[in-house]
Amino acid sequence: MSILVNKDTKVICQGFTGSQATLHCSQAIEYGTSIIGGVTPGKGGESHLDLPVFNSTKEAQQELEIDATIIFVPAKFCKDSVLEAIDAEIPLIICITEGIPTLDMMKLKQNADSAGCRIIGPNCPGVITPDQCKLGIMPGYIHKPGKIGIVSRSGTLTYEAVDQTTQAGLGQSSCVGIGGDPIPGSSFIDILQLFEEDSETEGIVMVGEIGGTAEEEAAEFIQSNVSKPVVAYIAGVSAPPGKRMGHAGAIIAGGKGTAEDKFLALEKAGVHTTRSPAKIGEEISKLV
Amino acid sequence: MNIHEYQSKQIFKEYGLPVPNFLTANTTEEVLASAKEISDTNWVVKAQVHAGGRGKAGGVKVTDNLKEVEEFADKWINNKLVTYQTDDQGQPVSCILVEECTEIKKEFYLGAVIDRSTRSLAVMASPEGGMDIEKVAEDHPEKIFKVFLKSPSVGNEDHLPLAEGLELSEEQTKEFKDIFRNLVKLFFEKDLSLVEINPLVLNGSDNLVCLDGKINIDSNALFRQDEILELRDISQEEEKELRASEWDLNYVSLEGNIGCLVNGAGLAMATMDIIKLAGGEPANFLDVGGAVDEKRVAEAFKIILEDENVKAILVNIFGGIVRCDVVADGIISAVEGVGVDVPVVVRLKGNNSEIAKEMLGKTNLNIIAASELSEAAEKAAEIVK
Repeated sequence: MSILVNKDTKVICQGFTGSQATLHCSQAIEYGTSIIGGVTPGKGGESHLDLPVFNSTKEAQQELEIDATIIFVPAKFCKDSVLEAIDAEIPLIICITEGIPTLDMMKLKQNADSAGCRIIGPNCPGVITPDQCKLGIMPGYIHKPGKIGIVSRSGTLTYEAVDQTTQAGLGQSSCVGIGGDPIPGSSFIDILQLFEEDSETEGIVMVGEIGGTAEEEAAEFIQSNVSKPVVAYIAGVSAPPGKRMGHAGAIIAGGKGTAEDKFLALEKAGVHTTRSPAKIGEEISKLV
Repeated sequence: MNIHEYQSKQIFKEYGLPVPNFLTANTTEEVLASAKEISDTNWVVKAQVHAGGRGKAGGVKVTDNLKEVEEFADKWINNKLVTYQTDDQGQPVSCILVEECTEIKKEFYLGAVIDRSTRSLAVMASPEGGMDIEKVAEDHPEKIFKVFLKSPSVGNEDHLPLAEGLELSEEQTKEFKDIFRNLVKLFFEKDLSLVEINPLVLNGSDNLVCLDGKINIDSNALFRQDEILELRDISQEEEKELRASEWDLNYVSLEGNIGCLVNGAGLAMATMDIIKLAGGEPANFLDVGGAVDEKRVAEAFKIILEDENVKAILVNIFGGIVRCDVVADGIISAVEGVGVDVPVVVRLKGNNSEIAKEMLGKTNLNIIAASELSEAAEKAAEIVK
C-alpha cells in the first residue's frame, strides 16, 4: 500500500511540452511512473516523449482514463489549468507551479472541494511512492520503499528527511510535499489522515515551518486521530518576526506562528519533536 | 509588496472609502504650500515610510502652528526615520503627507487579511482602535469581531456583526455597510494580502473616516496589477535584499557572523537553526532556489560578503536533480572568481556527492568539505569562535 499514487496511477501532465515538464516527466517515466499523455494548448495531435499531446484536459479525458494530473504551467496561466483539471473531475491534481496568487488558490480550493478533487501544492515538490510512481521534481534515487510516511511544507528540506529515513534503513511508504503557500490545496491534516489509514505506513515524519497555524491544527488532529508515532521538525526557530523567509507562508506575524509555539503545541499533543533537522531519521528510528 | 500611507489613501478614495483631505509634498516649500491649501488653522503632517510606529518615533505631528509644520518638514525630508519596525538605520523620508485635522470622538480598528485556517477573507473590527491591535487580540480577544468571506460577493447583512461589535448607531451602520463592501471589493480587485485602517474614527459630525491606511499586496499577483506596481518605492527596500531579488536570490540579512548559502527556503531556515544549535549565529537567510549555477552562486557570495560581520560561510546544497560534482565546480569557480576571503564550509548532498567532496578537498582555496548537516554547522561555528 501507499497513499495517493502507486504503480497503477495513470497520469497526464499539463504544460507538458515546456522545458521543466519535459525534464521532470522524462525522469518520472524513467522511474517507472505511468504517464500516459499531456496537455499543451495549440499542440494537440502532436507527440511528445512518445506520448500523445492534447489541446485541453477535456480532450485528453475523452481519450484516456486519467487518475492524476501534474501541472507545470506558469503561475499566470495556472489558475485556468487547475480549473480545467477540476472541470474534467481528475481526482488528484498535483500543482508544482510556484507563485500562484493567494486569491486564485482560495477559489481553486473551493472549486476542488465541491467537485471532490484533491489538490496537492501549489509551490511544492510533488508526491512520490518509492519505486512505483514519482510525480514531482524530487530526486528519485534518495527514496527507498519502506514504512515511513513523510509530509512537508518544504522542498529540499523534505529531501533531507527522506535521505535520513533511507540512511536509517526505514524507507518511505509515500512522501508528500504540500507546499509553502498560505492556502495549500491539501493540509497536513488531509495527508496525516491518509497515512493513518495506510497499512504500510508505520511512522510519520512531519516537517513544518514558521507562519500560519497549520502545525498547531495538525497537533490537535494527531492527538485524537493518529495512533502511529509522529516525529515533527519545524524550520525557522532562528527566523526574526516580520521577515518573509522565502516561502509565501513563512512569515511570523505579531508573535504568532513562531517555531517555538508550534513545537510546544505538537509536544502537548504527544508528538515527538526534534530541534535539529539532522536528527529526524534518528528520532523516528527509535519509535518504529 | 508594501505601499505608502498616502498611496493607500488614494486607493481608498478611488473605492469610495472616506478619507480626510490630504496633499503630498517633497520639499519644505511644497509642504507649506500644501498646508495653506488644506486648512487655515490645523494640520496633521506625517512622514511617509514603509513602517509602523511612526507616531512614537516623532514621524507624525498634529499642530495649529504653521511654524511647526515647517520645522517638521525640515527635520524629516531627506532624513531617515527610525521606528521599532525599522532597522537601526531607519527608512528614508522623501514624502510628507499633509492632511486636514480630524476631530476624533471614537477610534476603531478595521482590517482584512487572508485567514489560512478557514481559507477565506477575514474582515476584523474592534472598538479598541488606535492602539496596538495585536495586543488587543492577545489581552481582549472578545473585543475583536470577525466576519469570514469566501468570495467577493458580499451579502446584505454580512457587515452587521462588525457594526454591532463597534456599537454603531443606525446611521453609522449605514455608512459602515458601504465601507465594508468597498473594502472587500478593493481587497479582491487589487489582490491584497492585508489592509488595515487603524484608526477608523468617528469624527466631530459623527461620520466614519479612515484616518490611517496600510495596504500589502500579494507579490504573486503583481503580474496582473500594473497600477499597483507603479506605486513601488524601492528607496524603502533593503538595498541588498533588492539586489538579491534581481538575481532571483532570496536574501534576508540577520545579526550573526556565519553567512549561509542554501537551496530551498525550508532548508535555508533549517540551516540557520542548526547553526544556532551548534552555538553559532547566522548572518543571513539566503535561498538560491532551484537552479544552482555558477553565476548566481558567485553573486550570492558577493552579497553575503558585503556584510562585514561575516567570518565564515556555510554552503548547504541538497543536489536533487543536479549532480553534486557540477555544483562543486560552480562553487569552486565562484569562490575563486569572487575572491572569497573567509573560510567556506561546503556540504553537498545528493548524486555524486563523494566525487564532489573530493574535488572540494583538493583545491588550495579556503574550502572545508563536510558530509552531514550537523558536521557542517559545527565546523562553521568552530571557525568563528
